[in-house]
Amino acid sequence: MRTPYGHKVYGMGAEYSSAASLYEAAKIVRDAGFKRWDVHSPFPIHGMDDAMGLGKSWLSAVVLIGGITGLLTAVTVEFGPSWILYPLIVHGKPYDWRTVPAFFPIMFELTVLLSAFAAFFAVLIMNGLPRPNHPLFNWERFKRATNDGFFLVIEARDPRFTEVEARELLEKTGGQHITMVHED
Amino acid sequence: MDEAPTASDVISGETATSERPLARVPLVLNHRNFSWITERISGVVEQPAPRWWWVCFTITATIASFGLFCLGYQISTGIGTWGLNHPVGWGWDITNFVFWIGIGHAGTLISAILFLLRQTWRTSINRSAEAMTLFAVMCAAIFPGVHVGRVWMAWFLAPVPNNYGIWPNFRSPLMWDVFAVSTYFTVSVLFWYTGLIPDLATLRDRATTKIKKFLFGFFACGWRGSNRHWRHYEMAYLLLAGLSTPLVLSVHSVVSFDFATSILPTWHTTIFPPYFVAGAIFGGFAMVLTLLIPARAIFKLQDIITPQHIDKMAKIILLTGSFVSYAYAMEFFVAWYSGNAYEKFAFANRILGPYWWYWWVGMLFCNVLSPQLFWFRWCRRNIFVVYFVCMCVNAGMWFERFIIIVGGLHRDFLTSSWGIFIPTWVDIWTFIGTLGIFTSLFLIFIRFLPMIAMSEVKIVLPEADVHFGGTNGHRPIAAAGKERA
Repeated sequence: MRTPYGHKVYGMGAEYSSAASLYEAAKIVRDAGFKRWDVHSPFPIHGMDDAMGLGKSWLSAVVLIGGITGLLTAVTVEFGPSWILYPLIVHGKPYDWRTVPAFFPIMFELTVLLSAFAAFFAVLIMNGLPRPNHPLFNWERFKRATNDGFFLVIEARDPRFTEVEARELLEKTGGQHITMVHED
Repeated sequence: MDEAPTASDVISGETATSERPLARVPLVLNHRNFSWITERISGVVEQPAPRWWWVCFTITATIASFGLFCLGYQISTGIGTWGLNHPVGWGWDITNFVFWIGIGHAGTLISAILFLLRQTWRTSINRSAEAMTLFAVMCAAIFPGVHVGRVWMAWFLAPVPNNYGIWPNFRSPLMWDVFAVSTYFTVSVLFWYTGLIPDLATLRDRATTKIKKFLFGFFACGWRGSNRHWRHYEMAYLLLAGLSTPLVLSVHSVVSFDFATSILPTWHTTIFPPYFVAGAIFGGFAMVLTLLIPARAIFKLQDIITPQHIDKMAKIILLTGSFVSYAYAMEFFVAWYSGNAYEKFAFANRILGPYWWYWWVGMLFCNVLSPQLFWFRWCRRNIFVVYFVCMCVNAGMWFERFIIIVGGLHRDFLTSSWGIFIPTWVDIWTFIGTLGIFTSLFLIFIRFLPMIAMSEVKIVLPEADVHFGGTNGHRPIAAAGKERA
C-alpha cells in the first residue's frame, strides 16, 4: 500500500493520553480482529498482554535449554579431565564419580551463567533486536514513546487493514494525532 | 513490575492527612508525572558536568592512579612488596577482596531479591546499586588476580587444555571462587544492561548531537517500547532476577568456603556461608547509602529517592546487622561450647590479643552497636545519623574481614610459628587506590548513564495503572493507596 505521494505505508498510528486509555483501546482493537498491531509505552503496562490477546512469553523455555546446556558443560569439563584425561590426586581424595559433591559449586555456576546468557540473547533475538532503524522512527511524535507517550499502531501488513477502517477504529478508541506512518 | 501491594509499612505520621486508613506513602513524592521523571533523570546525563564533578573526579582519579602505580610496582617487583610473610600469607589483599565482593552483594539483592519479593521501592535505587556492584567486583578481582604472583600466569585458572598437562583442581574452593566471581560479574553485567536498554532508548530519543544519537542508539538496540517486546523483556527480567537470587547467595558462600574448608581455628566453621552473605548485604547497603545520599542531594532527586527509601534501607542494615551480630555471638559460644582449646584460644586472642582494638572498634562498635540506632525512627530519618552509621559499617566490615583472615592466621597451633602482619606502603596504597578506582568509575557512571531506572520508576506512579482514573468505577487497592499524596 502506498500513499498518493508514493511512500510505502507502514501502518496507522494513534497517540493516547494515558496508560488507561491505551489499555481500553487495545481491547477494542483486539476485539475488532486485527492481528498485526502493537502498542508502545515508556514502561510495561500491567495487564496489557491480556488486553492485546497475547499469551505467556515462551522465553522461559529457551532459558531452560540454556541452563541444561550449562549443567552438561560443567559435568563434562569437570569429569572429563579429573576422571579420564588428567587424573589429579589431591590429599588422597577420590577423583572419579565419587567426588561429585565437590563438583557441585561449578555445576551450579555454569548452569546460572548459561541460563543468563540464554535469557539475554533470547530477549534480543525474539524481539528482532538490535534493529537500529524502524519505520516508526519516521513519525516525529513517536519520540515520546520512551518518555510519556502511549501509542497504538496498526500495521498495513494486517489483512484487515484499510486506511478508512483503521482510521475509524482509532478514532473510536479515542486516539489522537492519528497519522499514517511511512516505511521510508 | 507488578502492581501488587508492596510490603512497605505505613508510617503513621505521614498518613495523618489521609482519610483512607490503609493508604500508603507514595514512592515518588509531589505528584511528579512521567515526563518530569524523564527530564530530571536524563538531565543529569545531558547537562554539562558541574564543577564539583570535576573536583571530585580529579581527586578520585589521582587516588586511583596511586593504586595503579602500586599494582604496577608490585607486579614488576614481586609479591614481596606486600607485607605478606609466614605465617600471615593472606593479609590486606584477601581482606580487600572479600570487602569489595561483599559490597557488590547489595546491588544484586536490590535488583533481584527485592524484585522477586515485589518491593517496588527498589526501582529508585536498583540502577545505581547494580552499577556499584559491577565496580566493586572489578576492584575485588584485582586482588586475587595480582596475588597469584605471576599475573601473566593467571590463565592457568581457566580450564584450558595445555601442553604442560596441568589442569585446574575443580575440587578446590579457590577454583570454585574463580567460577563464582566471574559468573557473578557476567550475570550482573547482563542484568544491568538488560535493565538499561529502555532507558538508553529514552536518551537516544532525546539526544541532541549526532554522536550521542549514534552511541545511545547503538546500545539501545533500536528499542521502541513495543508491548510485544515488553512481554519477552519482562519474562527475561524476571528470569534474570530468579537466576541472580541463588547466584548472589552462592558467591559469598563460595568465598566463605575458601576459609571454612580449611582446618584453622576461627575459619573451620559451618556458620560461615550465611554469616558471610548477611555481612555482605549489610556492608553493601551501607555503601549504597554512602553513594546515594550525596547523589540525591546534588542532583535534586529527593522526590524519587525519598526519606522512605532511606528508611527502608536503614531497616535492612539493622536486620542484616542483627544476623551478623548473632553470628559473632554464636562464634564465641561455639568456641566455648566445643571445648576445643585452639578454638577457645583463638577467640580469646581475638578480643585480647595484638589485634584487640580491631575487634572492639571494628566489629563491636561499628558493626554491632552503631546499627542499633536504626531501631529509632528519627535516626533512620536523619541523614547525618544514617551517614554516620553507614561509614561505621563500611569501616567495620573491612575490620571484620581483617580479623577473620589475619586474626585467624597470625597465631595458630604452634607458638613457634606465631607472627604479626605489618602492611607496607604498597599494601596501604593499593587498597586506597581501589577506593579511588571505585569512586572514579561511579562518577563516570552517573555522568554518562541514567543513574535511576526511568522506565521502572514510571511503573510505580499511580498513572501507570490501567485502572487509574476510575474506569468502570473500579479502583484496585494498590492504586488507590498510591494515588493519595
